[in-house]
Amino acid sequence: MRTFTFTKIPKHVEDVLQSEGLHQSDVLRKMGGTTSRRDLFKNAGLLVVSFAAAGTTRITPELNAQGPTASAGPYPDVDFHQLDSWIVIRADNSATFYVGKTDCGQGTGTSFRQIMSDELDVAYDKTTCIMGSTDNTVDQGGSGGSTAMERDSLPMKRVAAEARRVLLEMGSARLGVPVDQLAVSEGVITVKGDPSKSVTYGQLIGGKRFNVTLTGNNVNATTGKATVKTVQELKNVGLSPQRYDIPPKVDGSLKWAVDVRLPGMVHARNVKPPVVGAKLVSIDDASVRGMPGFVKVVSKGNYVAVVCEREEQAINAARMLKVNWEKPATSPFPSSEKLFGYMRDVTPTSSANPIVVGNPDTAFPTAVKVIQADYEIPFQGHTAISPAHATADPSNGLMTIYSNDMKSYGMRLGVAAFLGMPKEKVRVVWMEGPQGYGRTAAEDAGCEAAYLANEIGRPVRVQWMRNEETAWDTKAPAFAVSMKGGLDAAGNLIALDYNARAADYNHVGYNEADTVLIAQLMGIRRAKPAAGSAATPGEVYAIPHRRMTAHVVSLPLVWETPLRTGNLRDPNGPQSTFASESFIDELAAAAKADPLEFRMKLLTASSDDDRGFRRARSVAVLKAAAETYGWDRRPSPKTRGTGETLTGRGIAYSFRGQTIVAEIAEVEVNRRTGHVWVKRLVCAHDCGLVINPQSLRHTIECAMLHSISRTLYEEVQFDTEKVTSVDWNSHPTLTHADAPEKIEVVLVNGDPNPKRSDLPPYGAGEAACKPMLAAIANAIFDATGVRLRRIPFRAPRVLTALKAAQLA
Amino acid sequence: MSLTLRVNGKSHTVDVEPSTPLLYILRNDLGLQGPRFGCGLGQCGACTVIVNSVAIRSCITPASGVKGEITTLEGIAKEGKLHPLQQAWIDEQVPQCGFCQNGQIMTAKALLDKNPKPTDAQIRQAMNGTLCRCMTYYRIQAAIKRAVRVVAADHAAAEKEVVA
Repeated sequence: MRTFTFTKIPKHVEDVLQSEGLHQSDVLRKMGGTTSRRDLFKNAGLLVVSFAAAGTTRITPELNAQGPTASAGPYPDVDFHQLDSWIVIRADNSATFYVGKTDCGQGTGTSFRQIMSDELDVAYDKTTCIMGSTDNTVDQGGSGGSTAMERDSLPMKRVAAEARRVLLEMGSARLGVPVDQLAVSEGVITVKGDPSKSVTYGQLIGGKRFNVTLTGNNVNATTGKATVKTVQELKNVGLSPQRYDIPPKVDGSLKWAVDVRLPGMVHARNVKPPVVGAKLVSIDDASVRGMPGFVKVVSKGNYVAVVCEREEQAINAARMLKVNWEKPATSPFPSSEKLFGYMRDVTPTSSANPIVVGNPDTAFPTAVKVIQADYEIPFQGHTAISPAHATADPSNGLMTIYSNDMKSYGMRLGVAAFLGMPKEKVRVVWMEGPQGYGRTAAEDAGCEAAYLANEIGRPVRVQWMRNEETAWDTKAPAFAVSMKGGLDAAGNLIALDYNARAADYNHVGYNEADTVLIAQLMGIRRAKPAAGSAATPGEVYAIPHRRMTAHVVSLPLVWETPLRTGNLRDPNGPQSTFASESFIDELAAAAKADPLEFRMKLLTASSDDDRGFRRARSVAVLKAAAETYGWDRRPSPKTRGTGETLTGRGIAYSFRGQTIVAEIAEVEVNRRTGHVWVKRLVCAHDCGLVINPQSLRHTIECAMLHSISRTLYEEVQFDTEKVTSVDWNSHPTLTHADAPEKIEVVLVNGDPNPKRSDLPPYGAGEAACKPMLAAIANAIFDATGVRLRRIPFRAPRVLTALKAAQLA
Repeated sequence: MSLTLRVNGKSHTVDVEPSTPLLYILRNDLGLQGPRFGCGLGQCGACTVIVNSVAIRSCITPASGVKGEITTLEGIAKEGKLHPLQQAWIDEQVPQCGFCQNGQIMTAKALLDKNPKPTDAQIRQAMNGTLCRCMTYYRIQAAIKRAVRVVAADHAAAEKEVVA
């Protein structure tokens, strides 16, 4: 069997980093990390461990399926069945955790250290965490779906508990005392009643491998024989140690994915079709050939890039390159002004089976009052603060991509398939980057950098320009939602109809070799585009008769379009919840009921089943929000003020998985300008067990503000040829001036059953995004009596609505 | 063209086209990581550096036009001690992803250097053109106010010492 001793960062990269006076390991050490396992094991890296595992009887199905190609390169999959793949303990009693996760900025690495140090019984301060580099950490999929604590921390917890169990057995042998007579604290095993007899973890295992095999059919199921601790036994979980990644982010010492520089590296910039759907006819190389630093124009199909020695040279050359494009015969899409009419008229590409409760068809005619409303949410982009970027190194017939892709494992597979290389020759080194939120799950620059590096034969750094990113990044689908509700004579909601259409056909995956943008532009087509989806709202109101229908529609152009949809933080949640929670408010107003009380009435408190469990916790969360805000019970709208500024408050609530969120927004609406300021926010949030309250609160604050930005400002605008919102002027975002004056986050543990053991952690990265759009719309209605049903609420649109109501 | 720049107290000579935006020289020739490309249009602030006490957008500033000392994020700590704003950023745990925070800190520094006790409205106004897509504005403003308090308290303590 061959063994390899590659390190995480190739030697030549180390040299460059050192020549810059900043060693990668220094930065990582500062962050609480370390460079490579070679440092730890001296003679052999993790890769040897993985190969050894592949050669034993315990072969993973994935490796097995590959047969002889399993050792086709130096970067095989890291074996999650080996304890050594997850935890390394050094002689000084410090521990490093290797996890297959990435961080989009919520500080998940700190939380993983809290969880694992608790189970392992080592001091939190003596732990470090390495994340998401495909040759160094097990494949936990990177990040996405708010699963970090809810799902992916569980195998980490179990393997840390297993390491503790194994160490206690080793300690027992060393000290000659049965395990049940041993105690362990901060990595020191002592004999109960005789603390003079002790041994440290470092003395037992430091610098050596565990060689312990774990079980479990997949990475999520990974486990040893140990049982994990009860919540009461945890010491670090529930505390708020400061995030280890923040100091190097504020002193400039962190090396980000944008900062990678390799010897011989060149810079590339893309040239996108000026009209969507245009076909490349010819390229005039002479237009840039004499420019300083010019290396090459690389082109295939409709994909064009210019490569130069220096970054600014590539930017200039990409601007100057003359390309002859042929406009398409038909428009790729209707203009953004005509989008919703198009979406309502077109035949859906798919329609999910309606979710039906009771018999809405017979119930509606019995209603005393029936109201209907249409809601519209445009395409919204990620518009990350930094455009897409990656650096690829093709040295030695291998491919290394330095990337901030939140699903680095997906990128590795995508690049391997795209280039036709064995995946064992491809690795993705995950490094920090701008906010993920789904954009970097469908990241485009990685495949582009790898392709260009392969073509040029030198390391290539590619970065998109601002207009390119804002126009061409992946989009959250536009939604058109029709709502209908029926009230009885007492104002009870007896029937509800939710009917959504989402422009989500051909929703892109995670760097798939046949959907990533470079592949599309090269003419590669998957036979059957992804069906896409249109969500139904996340609430559990007890409504006797209801129907929820979700359709997907397609724009005329399916491929090579900047209106390609992908996941955007809480995919589809903000859109569907805007409609459903705005409409609940409209129903409350029609019933002349207080919006909070109207919701409470729809939430019966039985907690016997899953739905009831959510309902009971919803009641607790709504109450907590109302109490914190000081909610005055009355119907909306309030008695209208007379000044230039009208104020109001709105509430909305939803759940995501098992995480329940209620949000109250207090707004000021300027009657003269139409400007809306969300002045005060209250959020009550129940995500079960809280790992790090400080990190959680901050994540919730920022998720709410992200949704305020989506509510007030964000819209992808386009004519019938191209996206026209391309920078921070044409695509505005929330700014400092809009920051709320006051934000209160209440962390609720709303389990109504005191006998139940503590709740596990539920996802918290996205849930707070969902209710904010409706909370703001409801607050504007409370202030003005004007109901806004079209996102975003930019000042001119609000002013027009106020004028129509003779308020301005 | 040979160009000499003074950055964080040191002189550097580089051979570049005179129109080259300062950002690419700082990053690619000098190896600095604080200033970053966000838009290349001077709209977002991620590339902010301080020149002669003024926060400028290095992505749209031709290097040949820069006269005077350039300070980047790497250059504001003094004698191994973080700048009070950097410390406040840690104490308030400001960043989410952190990509924009160079611009936030450098813009705030230029503000406080000119106006050590800004009002809330002055902070909002001075910071307004520096964008954060993780939306950490609330904590950035809290951190600026914290730094103002810390610096004021340090001054008061220093004056007390002098008087004593």
